[in-house]
Amino acid sequence: MNFELTEEHNMMREMVRDFAETEAGPGAEERDEKEEFPLDLWKKAAELGLAGVTFPEEYGGVGADYISYAITVEELSRVDPSLGVTVSAHASLGSNPINLFGTPEQKEKYLSKLATGEHMGAFGLTESMAGSDASGTRTTAVREGDEYIINGSKIFITNGYYADTYVITAQMDKSKGNKGIAAFIIEKGTPGFTFGKKEKKMGIRASATYELVFEDVHIPKENLLGEEGQGFKIAMVTLDYGRIGIASQALGIAQGAYEQALKYSKERVQFGQTLSQFQVTQFKLADMEIQIEAARNLVYKAAYLAGEHQPVSKAAAIAKVFAAETANKVATEAVQILGGYGYTRDYPAERFMRDAKITEIYEGTSEIQRIVIASHILKD
Amino acid sequence: MANGIWIFIEQTKGEIRKVSLELLSQGRILADEKGEPLTAVILGKDIAPLADQVASYGADKVIVIEDDKLTDYTTGAYTSALNKAAQKYEPNAILIGNTAIGKDLAPRLAQRLGVGLASDVTGVTADADNYFSFKRPIYAGKAFAEVVETQTPAIATVRPNTFPVAAPDASKKAEVITETAEIDPADLRAIVKDIAIVASTRPDLIEANIIVSGGRGMKGPENYVILEALADVIGAAVGASRAAVDAGWIEQKFQVGQTGKTVSPTLYIAAGISGAIQHLAGMGSSKVIVAINKDPEANIFTLADYGIVGDLFEIVPLLTEEFKKLG
Amino acid sequence: MNIVVTLKQTFDTEAKIALTSSGSIDDNGVKQVINPYDEYAIEEALKLKEANEGSEVTLVSVGGAGTESAIRTALAMGADQAVLVSDPTLEAVDELVAADILAKAIAQIPYDIILSGRIAVDDGSAQVAVRLAEALGLPSVSSIQKLEITGQSAVATRDIDGGSETIEVPLPAVFTAQKGLNEPRLPGMKGIMAAKKKELKVLTLADLETSAAALNAGSKVTSYSLPTPRSAGKIISGEPAQQAAELAKLLREEAKVI
Repeated sequence: MNFELTEEHNMMREMVRDFAETEAGPGAEERDEKEEFPLDLWKKAAELGLAGVTFPEEYGGVGADYISYAITVEELSRVDPSLGVTVSAHASLGSNPINLFGTPEQKEKYLSKLATGEHMGAFGLTESMAGSDASGTRTTAVREGDEYIINGSKIFITNGYYADTYVITAQMDKSKGNKGIAAFIIEKGTPGFTFGKKEKKMGIRASATYELVFEDVHIPKENLLGEEGQGFKIAMVTLDYGRIGIASQALGIAQGAYEQALKYSKERVQFGQTLSQFQVTQFKLADMEIQIEAARNLVYKAAYLAGEHQPVSKAAAIAKVFAAETANKVATEAVQILGGYGYTRDYPAERFMRDAKITEIYEGTSEIQRIVIASHILKD
Repeated sequence: MANGIWIFIEQTKGEIRKVSLELLSQGRILADEKGEPLTAVILGKDIAPLADQVASYGADKVIVIEDDKLTDYTTGAYTSALNKAAQKYEPNAILIGNTAIGKDLAPRLAQRLGVGLASDVTGVTADADNYFSFKRPIYAGKAFAEVVETQTPAIATVRPNTFPVAAPDASKKAEVITETAEIDPADLRAIVKDIAIVASTRPDLIEANIIVSGGRGMKGPENYVILEALADVIGAAVGASRAAVDAGWIEQKFQVGQTGKTVSPTLYIAAGISGAIQHLAGMGSSKVIVAINKDPEANIFTLADYGIVGDLFEIVPLLTEEFKKLG
Repeated sequence: MNIVVTLKQTFDTEAKIALTSSGSIDDNGVKQVINPYDEYAIEEALKLKEANEGSEVTLVSVGGAGTESAIRTALAMGADQAVLVSDPTLEAVDELVAADILAKAIAQIPYDIILSGRIAVDDGSAQVAVRLAEALGLPSVSSIQKLEITGQSAVATRDIDGGSETIEVPLPAVFTAQKGLNEPRLPGMKGIMAAKKKELKVLTLADLETSAAALNAGSKVTSYSLPTPRSAGKIISGEPAQQAAELAKLLREEAKVI
């Protein structure tokens, strides 16, 4: 057992924190207000290597471990959770399936641009009738000669519109259920591939969430990811790893909200003393710290297992559900500590509270995480 | 040994820097305490007329080193000339103003003489064992170190505004010694191509008695005019916090704080400055601090002598009017 | 072009300063960073390296083992290698000793340009780089805002009181970096990963053919103290016009500063 982060991890945290505080911090409130996607920040983040932390160096990635990735998303989200999820969705969802299941040609063509951040990636699984239950997938793919023809639509797609490549799932044989699903790589700009509704959200408002629409989209057969019928498995494995990203985002949100509350409680004077001198506040702060520390250990544990190529499904689900619930509890408590000010947009506490909620929903709701965890418990 | 205390007189185009007069004034007190002579050393071109002026501030002797190569300050030529004079006369101490020139010259001189140097000192006391003991701020004023030098000359650069300037007495006369500069060719490698002095009617930031400083609360570069108007009525320099400089509203040379200039004016007026620790480090030794900030919780109020919670865009122009009235 | 950058690890500028029970500066739990002004020097060195193919940037530092983390960060930014003089026999290092050690370390390696921060934010003495130039017999330009290299000469613009000065010096020479010279980059992820593979040579005083006894400090600290904390003064209330009038009056009549 060793709970020490390496010198590199500490240096990465320092760097990402510096970047987040100086570059992302000042405009975070305004981007939230205007629902403005942080495209410039994405480019700057990519220059620093944040787009391809875990991807192999031969494809332009950093070749670092998953703990480095968790730290990256955590630190971005500590300041700007919208930027955190942009990076996480790009790396975990849009790029990682190609890294894990792509052919050398697909990696050369797509991963090499995704890992450097030259391109942005997105992932399309969810549909109006297929949320937590991916087997309801209605988007279809039909093989015709050297092509597949895709029809259907995907909703709630993070990085939609801005991403250059999309890994999507489509049903090829409904009679086979999940085993009829295949995964494909689709490039933005392919004829018939358009963007529908842009979601107006409660939180992470600066992140882009779009509908993807496919009308007779012809893609070369080389863009099939994995094999026909493997799509559901690819999606599930992708989500297992992706949960580490969202758990890290939730951890960052909790940390950011907690630091706000801590700072405020030391400055705000009521009844002749600072809030932090009241035991009621001290208990609140202690509870926040307990939960964050527990969440951090779970998140890094899951990241460690991912880096060691050990099974991550259960650990990632545990980390995600706990970190997401921690983010919500801590952010809500932070608003409470800030009182009336916490409810205003003058302080970022309310933004963290709004941003926290989604972490209990996307990439598998907390209920789904519990199903995943239970299935592992009962399998053993 | 009656080798005494030297004061390096910094002059530009025949005009003596205020800090040099501060050092002459304090040097007189220290020399009397030590029972040793006070010597002013002036380097430059056509500077002989300055001897009377430094004498009026209490110098017993004036060493004048004139040379064409000393017309404008260069590190090499000044070091060369001052080093040779110091070798010849072996003073016990040399006090230099902590100005751009002082900061450049003193370390060169100290290294050439193989002695220590106390930089940016804010206190000089006589010390029985080590001639002087110097108090100097470290961690940008968040702490102080008391420093002694193990050999002579004990050299220090002294922060401007540390000591008051005494009233000159024109009847005081000094012995004037004229030295020729022997400058090593190796010290003439640097060539000054250009000197650009930005004409300003306001005092230099580090020497100003009053500073009016604006921070994040200024909201934009166009608003500095209201600070400038106040500054001009009370003869102040204009300063800025790092937030304002980093936002690009005002040039870096106006920045007060840990990564900017360290100042200790008699009066420091902070408008729209929250009082980050880095800023306090650069102005905490000001004698009187005024804070104007709309945030009652701003840290600057914890150390301001006078505070106004309010909108600087209202308060500052009103204050300017008040001072105009008081004339 | 061989570019040498001197580096010092210092307290973070946000650090609060406290004294230990024995009266020295308490570094317990204080976040340590690269001296902010040295970051400008590193950035300038990296820019020169990028503009001059075949250049190398070597970091040189004197300090304890803790200095290694500052050096690794600078290597992650893009410096090629580092030399750290670290010797347990070395105790109180004043500016004279620091400059002498750096000079001996730098004399062992090739150099065309030496860049330093104009001041270290801890002791704030702004001496070592200028002393280093003197110890190596080199010209120096302090507090530069701009640097241009042409062949074997450099033109630097430096801050002077009330303006700026442009100076030409032959190389090799020492330059000290002022804020405004450039905008230091962050080390990227790849740089961080590459940093651990770069050479960090740790030298003792014996490696420099000297010893603690042979290095004579010119000054020593006899005591440390903390400033007397200022306390909050008067808050002037009322309508803006009253506040302004009251403040003007207090500054004239009570504080007597105007």
